[in-house]
Parts: sequence; structure tokens; C-alpha cells
Amino acid sequence: MAERPLPGTAGAAAVFEYSPAPESRAVARLQSSYGLFVDGAFRDSIDGDVLKTISPSSEEVLAEVTLAGPRDVDAAVAAARTAFEGPWGTMPGAQRAKYLFRIARLIQERARELAVVETLDNGKPIRESRDVDVPLAAAHFFYYAGWADKLEHAGFGPRPRPLGVAGQVIPWNFPLLMAAWKLAPALAAGNTCVLKPAETTPLSALVLADILQQAELPAGAVNIVTGDGTTGAALVAHDGVDKVAFTGSTEVGRRIQESVAGTHKHLTLELGGKAANIVFADAALDQAVEGIVNGIFFNQGHVCCAGSRLLIEESVAPTVVAMLKRRLSTLRLGDPMDKNTDIGAINSPEQLARIVTLADAGVDEGAERWSPPCTLPEKGWWFPPTVFTDVAPSHRIAREEIFGPVLSVLTFRTPDEAVEKANNTTYGLSAGVWTEKGSRILAMAERLRAGVVWANTFNRFDPTSPFGGFKESGFGREGGRHGLGAYLDA
Amino acid sequence: MPEGRVEVKKTYKLFIAGAFPRSESGRSYVVAAHDGAFLANVAWASRKDVRDAVAAARAAQPGWAAATAYNRGQVLYRVAELLEDRRDQFVTAVRDAEGGTARAAQRQVDQAIDRWVWYAGWTDKVAQVAGAANPVAGPYFNFSVPEPTGVLGVVAPHGASLLGLVSVVAPAIAVANTVVVVADEHRPLPAVTLTEVLATSDVPGGVVNLLTGPAAELVPVLAAHRDVDGLDLAGAETELAGLAEAAGATNIKRVARRVGDDHDWSRDPGTSRLLRFVETKTVWHPIGI
Repeated sequence: MAERPLPGTAGAAAVFEYSPAPESRAVARLQSSYGLFVDGAFRDSIDGDVLKTISPSSEEVLAEVTLAGPRDVDAAVAAARTAFEGPWGTMPGAQRAKYLFRIARLIQERARELAVVETLDNGKPIRESRDVDVPLAAAHFFYYAGWADKLEHAGFGPRPRPLGVAGQVIPWNFPLLMAAWKLAPALAAGNTCVLKPAETTPLSALVLADILQQAELPAGAVNIVTGDGTTGAALVAHDGVDKVAFTGSTEVGRRIQESVAGTHKHLTLELGGKAANIVFADAALDQAVEGIVNGIFFNQGHVCCAGSRLLIEESVAPTVVAMLKRRLSTLRLGDPMDKNTDIGAINSPEQLARIVTLADAGVDEGAERWSPPCTLPEKGWWFPPTVFTDVAPSHRIAREEIFGPVLSVLTFRTPDEAVEKANNTTYGLSAGVWTEKGSRILAMAERLRAGVVWANTFNRFDPTSPFGGFKESGFGREGGRHGLGAYLDA
Repeated sequence: MPEGRVEVKKTYKLFIAGAFPRSESGRSYVVAAHDGAFLANVAWASRKDVRDAVAAARAAQPGWAAATAYNRGQVLYRVAELLEDRRDQFVTAVRDAEGGTARAAQRQVDQAIDRWVWYAGWTDKVAQVAGAANPVAGPYFNFSVPEPTGVLGVVAPHGASLLGLVSVVAPAIAVANTVVVVADEHRPLPAVTLTEVLATSDVPGGVVNLLTGPAAELVPVLAAHRDVDGLDLAGAETELAGLAEAAGATNIKRVARRVGDDHDWSRDPGTSRLLRFVETKTVWHPIGI
């Protein structure tokens, strides 16, 4: 995309210039092509095709991966079944725990490599993959490792049993972290897995496959089949799968629910969101502005729980919007491999097109669009941080998940109105509340129809903390003791 | 070993605040192997050493409790890693102390390593199992969480010189207590060697302190110490345990009573020792606009 002038007026002059601080990509050790990880080894495809994975920030082809076909999926499910009936399914929990601890340690040991691979493949800033995605992935394995020999203490009855073979389909926004969220609890509970990474971000899962080999995980306990939507559909529809876990859009989630309807399969869905981030007049506004920025511009807004609807109490709305614009003017968009970068690339041209369409709809429907002055790189896919004011609840940008760095600002006068507007959505994944009054936080939390409510913070994640949605944001929880329940026959 | 090489013998010392002092009293006593052969002179700790160890445990406790549960879990897991690395050394130490077959000693060391892993996994789960959100009948958010009791005095068990010790120390520190351990008087060497692992792991100095010497002399001092919050009398003889429990009443110490010498430490430990030395804290907060 060519450089283009951006609308905007409030650009603050940089106090000082940043020198480039690029992370070295040598540590990534990318191969030119990857097979499928089935039954403990990388294998050539039986009936698949080839898929190129492209760096969203440079449009460079990073590697060729396999687009697994139906027979590849068959082989992976068969390997998982064999491992479930054999080594993994019959292994004592204390032994399973040790494998999971090993995986956690190996992720920690190879953290730099994983962060670089993730940033190259996904386009997210290296600062985020290094400080968020990879450490949280390791922590997730560490946490669930500890559960593997404690299942009878987890509150699911005296003898909780695994479900069998889990078919797991994950999105491109946190590729490694979502793999960890899926694999760690499933393995801890004694299931075996077939994981399908996202079409545009398969690489970190393939590094993870190498880690599983280093951990000497029994063959077939985890199988990783790369591919596109057809691969995922074949996996979800496969008769040999006992449990389907999906993270992604509500649209695809709905199709998956239809596809498993009437079968024996267990299902959990972690889908879209349109979170309200509610700022009361008494909030610590500087903190709130940081939280708003983190809420919507973290990971380019490619976050299902992003705080994409900002609800500001009317009396402070002009102040907060002005503070927000000033703060956004200091964000640095550009090379994701630069350690100073705040906003990376949009993951794919398809996603960029969707963001552009919805942002245009915002203008067409009468909202006021603003972005700080910033230069977009010539190659790759980019979208500037964008704020819409004068947004009405009926606008598409207030209703539809944009999954990009676009914030819609609305106002409210009373707590009742804030609750009304916040809940006026088909989604219910997360919400934010900013106020110095503790009792108000808890009263709002009670009334918000959302699976996670952040108070005076946003986008916090921890392996011990359950995550998941109300309403059309899906069902089931990942993380915490509750996350085990998704993989136990309890 | 080349013929005629003279072996370098290790000095067995106390472990206080992450350092290895001799007893301030300058005393030592002879520890013999199971067959009566001389093994080592170990430090004979004094009342002053007990007080120093309690001060070290007290100083370390707030920092240890302030570490995240995730961090404590990783630290405990690291102990298992280092113990695994020194497995052969501990097999020898256990066998020297207890006799028995090599196989039995190996089994005990393996179980001791696995026990660290078991408790490493508990640090960030104990609040999820022992805590609660309580549905009180009113507009209040009410929750209960387990917090550490504080500084514990621990009398190491007689049976299973390594596994027994790990089985009482690991759960106590997993929930963020700090401990002063009185080692088994007659078989203290595996315990002292364990402190050498702790010293080179990431366990902060003062979280575990170990004293060697006659229990009859040291335990009453520990039991009466007003800056000790709890007593685990696992390895105390019947009469001593009764005296210690009574002395502990001066500041209402929480007490875990002695276990029989025939206690089977290889059994599934469950959560009883984990929840033995925690205090339940309940918080009320109003809900309202």
C-alpha cells in the first residue's frame, strides 16, 4: 500500500527521535518448507496442497507449509486415537504433568526464537510477542502441568475422565498463545489433540511441534495439521473427534455448532466480541487513557475481547477524547521487529479490507473519524489507529466486530444508561469499568453481561483466570480451574 | 579414582538465612551410618542458633509471600530439577543413613523429587481449591482466600530421611510460609545435603533454615519462641511433642501433631499438609452505584 496522507490535526511533535532498534531475525531459524506433525514426526502430506505463509509487514514469503487434505486429517485423528488408547490416555497424571512441565520450560528456553517467529508471521510488535504471547504460553503450560496429577481436586467429582480426541481450531491473532490455551488443559486432562493453526499464521505452532519432540512427548498425543478453512472443517466434522474447541469468529463458530449438532461431540466456542469500556467521571483519567489505548490498540485491535466501544460519562467526554488523541499521537506504527514499535501490521489483506469497509461505513453513517498523523510503510498491510466520535449505538462500527485498531466513542449520563448501552450487543465476551469507587465496580460487574470484566485495567490475561464469553461470544471457559472442565467428562 | 588419592571430606553445617554457619556454640556431634560406621561430625546447634534461624525465617517471609504464586511454583519446580540432577548423590546419602537396598533408596529419592513437582503445581491452585466467593445475603462481594500462617518450626520425621523431610517442608513453603527445620538427630545428612540444593536453587535465603542437633534441646526453644507461628511436630517423640504443643500455646501456635515412626511417606500426600498452615482471610466489599 502506498503512503498516503491521513486525516488528523492533533499530532504532537515528538520530543525526541527514536533510533531503530530492530530485533535480529536470524534466531528464527525458519525452514523453507514444513510438513505436517502427525504421530510424533513431521510428515509429507497424503492428499494436501501447499500454502505460502507471508509476512504481513513486508509481504515476503516466509515459508511453505502444508494445506492438509481430508486424508491428512484422517491420519492425524487416527494417531491421536492410538495415543489416547495407548501411551497418553493410560499414563498416570503425575507422568503427564512432567511432560507438560518440560514443554513449559522448553518454551521459556526458546522464547526469543518463538517471539521472532510470531512477529514475522503475524505482524504484531516484537515487544508484544516477547512480553505477552510467549511468556503467557509458557505460563499456561506450567499452570496446567500442575493440574495433570490433581484432577480429583479440581471440583469435577472424584474420578474425572478425559473426553478422548480433541479437534482444536485456533485463530491468527495470538497463534502460539491460542495453541497453548488449547493444548495445555486438554493434555493435562488426559486427552489427545489434533490442532489446526490459522491459515495465515502456522509457523509458531510448527516450532511448538519441534518443542514437543524435544520434550519427547509420546507420539500422537499432539498432532498439528496446518491448512485453511477446509482443513478445519474436515477436522471438526471428523467422526473420530470427541471434543471440538474453536476460537475465532462468531460466524464460523455458528457453522461449527451446526456441524456438530446431533453428534456425540463436546463443544466449546470462544468467539467474537464488541466490548464496552466504561469510563466514569471519577476515574483516574490518565490511567484510564492508558487502559483505553491498551484495550483497543494492543495487537492492532486483533483481539476478540478488545475494548472497541468506549463509553465515557458525558461530563468528562471532551477531556478524555482530547487526552486520548494526544496519547495516540505518540504511538509508533511500523516495523513489527523494531522493539519501539507499538502498532504492527494488519495480519492479512482480507482483514485489512474488512477494517477499511467498516471504517468507511462509520464515515458514511455520520460518525467523525480521526487518526493521528502517521506514515504507513509502503509494503505490507497497515491501518492507522483510528477513533470515531459522534457514534450512535445503531452504527455498524458500534455493533459489528471490526477486529482492527478502530475505536468507537459513545457517551452516557447515568450508570443505568452505561449498562444499557454496554449490554446492547449480541456479544458478551468482556467489558471494562473505570472508576475510583469500588462498590460501583462491583455493581457494574454484576450487571454487565460479559464473561470477563476488567476494572481499572484491561486486556489482562493469566493462566489461572477463566476466560470466555456470554451470549454469541461463545460458551465454555479457557484458563483456570474452569478451563479443565472443557476437557473432562464430568 | 586413582589409587592412593585422599578423598576430600565435606563439612556438614547449619543452614541459616541462605548461609552455612557452624553452630555459634562451636559444638558438634558424631553421626554414624546405619551400620555404626563414622560418617561425619555435624553441627550441634544451640538456643542462639534457633533464635537466629527464626529471625532469618521471619525476615524472609514477607518477600516470599509477596512473590507471585506462579513464581513460587517455578522456584519449587527448579528444586526438583536440581535434585534430579544430583539423584545419585542423594541415593548414596539416603542409603548411608538408612541402609536398605539401592533400589529402595532410589525409589525414595525419586518420590522426593516428584513430591517437589506435586507441590510446585499447587502454589497457584491452592487458592482456587481452598478459597471461595461467598454468596452472602446482602449487597456485598465476599471472598475468602488462604494466606500463609507465617514462620513455622518443623521437626523432621524419623522415617524416610529425605522423602519425609521434603513431605513436610515443601507444602509449608508452597503456601508461602518460611520454616526452621530441626533435622532428624540421627540421620541428618540427607537433610543437610538438601539445603545445599536449596542454596543453589532460586529459593530465597531464609525461606528454609535447617538446624542439626538433639531435638530434646532444640524443639522446646522453637516451641516457646513467640515469633514462631506454627509447629509441625511430625518427627517429635511423644513426650517432646506434648511439651512442645503446650509451650506453643503461649502465642496460640497452630500445631500439626507428630506422626508415627512407621508412617508411610510414599503415600499420596493429598492436600492435608498444604492446608495445614494457612489462615483463611475473608474480605467484604459493598456493591452499589
